[in-house]
Amino acid sequence: MPKPKIAFYWCASCGGCDEAIVDLAEDILGVVEAVDIVLWPVAMDFKKKDVEAMPDKSIVATFLNGAIRSSEQEEMAHLLRRKSQFLIAYGACAHLGGIPSLANQFEREQLLRYVYEESPTTVNESKTRPQCSVKNNGHAVTLPELRHVVRSLDQVVEVDYYIPGCPPTPKITKAAVGALLEGRLPPKGSVLAPDTALCEQCPRKSSKPTDLGFTQFKRPHQARLDPELCFLAQGVVCMGPATRGGCEAPCIGGNMPCSGCFGPTSRVRDQGAKMLSSLCANVAGKEEKDINGVLSGIPDPVGTFYRYALARSLLRRKVDLPAPAKQTP
Amino acid sequence: MNAASQQAWNEGNAKANASCQTQRRRLTIDPITRLEGHGKIDIFLDDQGDVEHAYLQVPELRGFEVFSIGRPAEDMPQITSRICGVCPTAHHMAATKALDDLYQVQPPPTARKIRELVYNAFMVEDHALHVYILGGPDFIVGPQAPPGQRNVIGVIQKVGVEVGKKVISMRRRLRELIAYFGGKVIHPVLGLPGGVSKGLKAEDLPPFKQLARDTLDFALFTRQVFNDIVLKNPDYVKLITSDTYTHRTYYMGMVDADNKVNFYDGLIRVVDPGGKEYAKFPVRQYREFIAEHVEPWSYVKFCFLKPLGWHGFEEGPQSSVYAVAPLARLNVAQGMATPQAQQAYEEYFNTLGGKPIHHTLANHWARVVEIIYAAERIVELINDPEITGSDLRLIPTATPSVGIGAVEAPRGTLYHHFETDANGLITKANLIVATQNNAARIAMSVDKAAKGLIQKGRVSEGLLNMIEMAFRAYDPCFGCATHSLPGHLPLRVSIYDRRRRLVRQLAQS
Repeated sequence: MPKPKIAFYWCASCGGCDEAIVDLAEDILGVVEAVDIVLWPVAMDFKKKDVEAMPDKSIVATFLNGAIRSSEQEEMAHLLRRKSQFLIAYGACAHLGGIPSLANQFEREQLLRYVYEESPTTVNESKTRPQCSVKNNGHAVTLPELRHVVRSLDQVVEVDYYIPGCPPTPKITKAAVGALLEGRLPPKGSVLAPDTALCEQCPRKSSKPTDLGFTQFKRPHQARLDPELCFLAQGVVCMGPATRGGCEAPCIGGNMPCSGCFGPTSRVRDQGAKMLSSLCANVAGKEEKDINGVLSGIPDPVGTFYRYALARSLLRRKVDLPAPAKQTP
Repeated sequence: MNAASQQAWNEGNAKANASCQTQRRRLTIDPITRLEGHGKIDIFLDDQGDVEHAYLQVPELRGFEVFSIGRPAEDMPQITSRICGVCPTAHHMAATKALDDLYQVQPPPTARKIRELVYNAFMVEDHALHVYILGGPDFIVGPQAPPGQRNVIGVIQKVGVEVGKKVISMRRRLRELIAYFGGKVIHPVLGLPGGVSKGLKAEDLPPFKQLARDTLDFALFTRQVFNDIVLKNPDYVKLITSDTYTHRTYYMGMVDADNKVNFYDGLIRVVDPGGKEYAKFPVRQYREFIAEHVEPWSYVKFCFLKPLGWHGFEEGPQSSVYAVAPLARLNVAQGMATPQAQQAYEEYFNTLGGKPIHHTLANHWARVVEIIYAAERIVELINDPEITGSDLRLIPTATPSVGIGAVEAPRGTLYHHFETDANGLITKANLIVATQNNAARIAMSVDKAAKGLIQKGRVSEGLLNMIEMAFRAYDPCFGCATHSLPGHLPLRVSIYDRRRRLVRQLAQS
């Protein structure tokens, strides 16, 4: 019997997800022997036309990491969807938009103008911009188009499963690959990680007070961080209560609060709103002035509560950004 | 296929090739990641079939500088590490140092030493990845070996499976050290203005002492491998010093007070193509020396020396193009701060014939010299009594306004520059990233290799290898360069006729 075909692919990502797979290489040698990796740009050669030539659904599973920003990424997502039985959004960017989707608070024009004209070291008197198609000394050179908004994978194509994290841990990756190969699959659309909040597996859980009663929020650089005590008990925002567990709290182990990369549990539609409501219910003050004072310790709510999930959230993007359309950057 | 149709096929093929060669053509050298765009080369031929120009393109942009606006400065080490999952520690550390500057706060000695320890561990594991897995196959297996063998499997066959295991286990253990302090190795969390979030417990020290010794052994072993396989082979040395891989540019790198190589802290030194000091400046003055040039055909910006002005993709004394990374760091320094690395440094310059070395492929050797330095520095730091100290933070009190920090990333000098309001929220960010400093020189290397190899319409089979080698020596990371996507770049050459029909394809199998 031929081995099942597996693919890995990257879109708007940092490469950390691919490094995460490399990192567990020793552990998954058995898995690698059990499958035929047909596509993995970071490690192997491939041609797009090879993928196009494969029969539809001939790849058992494609693990796609990265958000979708450019026309090329979108095209590749559609192609791999067609060729794969299971399309798996791997890592926070494919799952929720990730950190690159914080760009959805800004217009594309602002981004391009800053990078190519306004940044302090740019020297560009002629205001040259990269062009999708340009004639340079008679040579027609092309670049892909940048879309107006960053999208999670499931905002572009249908996704079967999600593996969360920035990046996903070796343990949940191994568990997910195992489940896939053995056909032990949960309902379509599931996130392949434990469905409980991070607090449940936090080593500091016992020090989390039942009534938090925040009188102020401290930013991490403003306070000495107790290495044993629940961050919320220290008045430092920790995304643990609104974030799915499964990572085994490595950031807490580094004595820094959770920033939410595993996204919400299945019972929560919007991770940021969940966290906001959980914190606000615990603000000690009752008068607007007092409440404002407490909340001034969280000066960037979007970046704090939606750091990895803006694209996939109810907010999604700045409202006046144009919808995706043909345009030259 | 029978003989007659075989003959017809061959004739047709020859005709197509001949007609193609008489036309002006366009070649696309396409990394395997063309479709999401890590880097792409278009080569244009003239009517004679000679190269007019080769364009190295980086086709994506994520815009970290813009979407950092409004965010708390203290989040920058974690947000900017997402520029690159291959070298997150470099971005994390550069941003953390920018925060020290922003809040005018110096970390206590223990915190500084922990940062430097983590940073040198990162340099060794990242350089080792390149020496053995990404770049090494070109030399260890050999540039003339069939492409199918020029990979990590080929390396293991040549040096033995035990060595392969050693490399993997060394990298894993060094990455565990980074994770001990940073929580995670991919996107660590230890950096705060004025210190680090976590210290080293005395009871956890012994295994790290063993790791430090093993790392130094590994570094010296790597030097031996390089000596035996590369330096004892006159053909390799000839290749390294050949004109195809030589550019006379300026060089930039970080040095300590004695002008020795330092990855974590120091002044920036620039030497001219003759090796004379052109500038030496504190990181805070980077804007006076570095500027970025925009071309319409790439999302990457090309750095040049600002006082000299942009003169195009030129080398020599009139040029303002400079290089960074191992070759450049050794060229700008006057030695290494540790004894075994100093010895290796002297051997490097004696063998290649004085300073500066302009041979791109010498980057591989310079990388080995740097691994030895980083390993010796790890030994020093782990045996420093202060490393297990408990004073990890100085809590900032100053009102923030501007913070600029830099480190030497494996791929070159990396600058993070943040401006904030009085509440420490970002109002402006500017990032000059390692590979971006090298972007102009890399583009020149591509152009030179193309011009050297394509003549009268004949595209040499060696083109792919030669360009790949020129690329790999830089260990380029276009993810960093556009703050967009990473890419160690296996390449593909596609040759199209004027109507964009695929005529021929060269690829690594």
